[in-house]
Amino acid sequence: MEFKPEGFGDYATMSNYRNTKENFIELFFSVVSITALLILIGIFIFLFITGIKTFTQISPIEFFFGTEWNPTAYREPKWGILSLIIGTLMIAFGSLIIAIPLGLASAIYLSDIAKPKIRETIKPVIEMIAGIPSVVLGLIGILFLSPLVAKIFGLSSGLNAFTSSIIVGIMVLPTIISISEDVLTSLPNEFREASLALGSTKWQMIRMTLIPAALSGIVASIMLGLGRAVGETMAVLMVAGNSIAMPVSFFDPIRPMTANIAIEIKEVVKGSLHYEALFAIGLVLFIMTFAVNFISDIIIEKQVRKYKW
Amino acid sequence: MVNELSKQNIYFIFFRTAAFLSVGVLLFILLYVFKEGVGVINLKFLVGMWSQGDITRGGIFPAIIGTIFLAIGVSVISIPLGVSTAVYLSEYAKENLFTRTIKLAIRNLAGVPSIVYGIFGLAFFVLLLNLGGSLIAASLTLGCMTLPWIITASEEALKSVPYSFREGSYALGATKWQTVKRNVLPNSFSGILTGSILGISRAVGETSPIILVGATFFMGYLPSSPFDKFMALPYHLFILATQHSSPYAREYALGTALVLIVLVFIFNSGVFVLRYKLRKKKEW
Repeated sequence: MEFKPEGFGDYATMSNYRNTKENFIELFFSVVSITALLILIGIFIFLFITGIKTFTQISPIEFFFGTEWNPTAYREPKWGILSLIIGTLMIAFGSLIIAIPLGLASAIYLSDIAKPKIRETIKPVIEMIAGIPSVVLGLIGILFLSPLVAKIFGLSSGLNAFTSSIIVGIMVLPTIISISEDVLTSLPNEFREASLALGSTKWQMIRMTLIPAALSGIVASIMLGLGRAVGETMAVLMVAGNSIAMPVSFFDPIRPMTANIAIEIKEVVKGSLHYEALFAIGLVLFIMTFAVNFISDIIIEKQVRKYKW
Repeated sequence: MVNELSKQNIYFIFFRTAAFLSVGVLLFILLYVFKEGVGVINLKFLVGMWSQGDITRGGIFPAIIGTIFLAIGVSVISIPLGVSTAVYLSEYAKENLFTRTIKLAIRNLAGVPSIVYGIFGLAFFVLLLNLGGSLIAASLTLGCMTLPWIITASEEALKSVPYSFREGSYALGATKWQTVKRNVLPNSFSGILTGSILGISRAVGETSPIILVGATFFMGYLPSSPFDKFMALPYHLFILATQHSSPYAREYALGTALVLIVLVFIFNSGVFVLRYKLRKKKEW
């Protein structure tokens, strides 16, 4: 550490100078940190002011409960997004059905069953799935999985809700695994010791002590996964089949809200009703994911507080 | 008890299978892309300009360069902002409404779907600020998206520096900023770097936002200014896979996917090497 003498005498001025500089730096950092908040508010405002204009021409009832989406029809455009919402919900539901059992089982294995060495290898590998670009997973969906699904179930095309649920399920997996595993690992070791000391088997300990204690954190990890599934765009755009017809089964092609925006926004006239309606869909997505994240945030907060020793 | 143990065995086998299945999925994806895509990789594919008519006559060089430019653009925008915010949150912020609001905003920002960033970028950067579909509009859009990831990773890195380091620095008469600058930041550098690069590499793999803010499928030249349109690997691969009529489109899509994965992998492994080297210097 070098030593710099700071001159003689006027210490008051010196410390004043130091204080002003320090205050200025603190102010600078606090101002910069507002950026994130501004972006969030900005996104909301931009979606809101453009999206809300839709409802000057289309009633919210027609928009949310209309089953037909056909804004470019020459005679009578239809503006109902119900089939798109159902598409999004089908993907969310289907992908979670796949990712929850696999994800929780993997998390339990990593936190309490695997040897440390195996855990240290497997955990980063699973986290790498999160690093695979969604467009690559979409490509696997188109080239490998959908022909396979079509062959197994005797369909003319494998691009449907079922196939895209599998792909999105794979994408959601690392979120559920890594958060649930973190929550399970962070439980105090006393829980494990007390349980084992009472003569329980390891599985009884996991089932009766660890899982109930970690439950809210596990729920939060599923909610965050749900948020990802709802917001996923590329994989569903490539694999879900993009049909705007109302789906009746998981083997129908569907078009979730995200894919609909991606398909249509390039071709619309800026400022047209169609453009505004796409922003309204974006607003619906934003509010859905915001609500999901907000709730999971509260749950995680509670979990953290519960086990702060 | 015997019954309990055999039940346990059955469950544990299920858990182990699940974990290895998850790993298997990843390995399968990597192997599939490698096996199917490696055939088209040659020098012309990597450094040739894109040829629209007969795709076998060109390469994906402009898309590689576009993606690298994008990574640089996103870094320039999101790393300074993200690290400064993290410094504020970890070193300066008091537990009050302002801090809680900022933290809440960051966590929710991380959950906003990428396509929503895309339409925000379109409305704000492309149309309102009149940047047009361009590298800079795309960098700003992806920069907003990456910001919460970088903040979270950097904050964690800063917080992992032991508190005694700060106390030592204060005891020597250093001010807060001197402590942060000479002590906390250098000691958390590797963590910040890792988090940032992982964030950036995730960002450049994103496709849906850049469709809206300036990525283009065909460009015969390289972008020469931030206001040019650009080609990018993920978008290129998407068009090849879904909209291109060439009989070679499938192989080329897989080849492009392989290049994208390798590029992301090079980014990430660079980080691991660096982190390893920096960690060896650490004494705590």
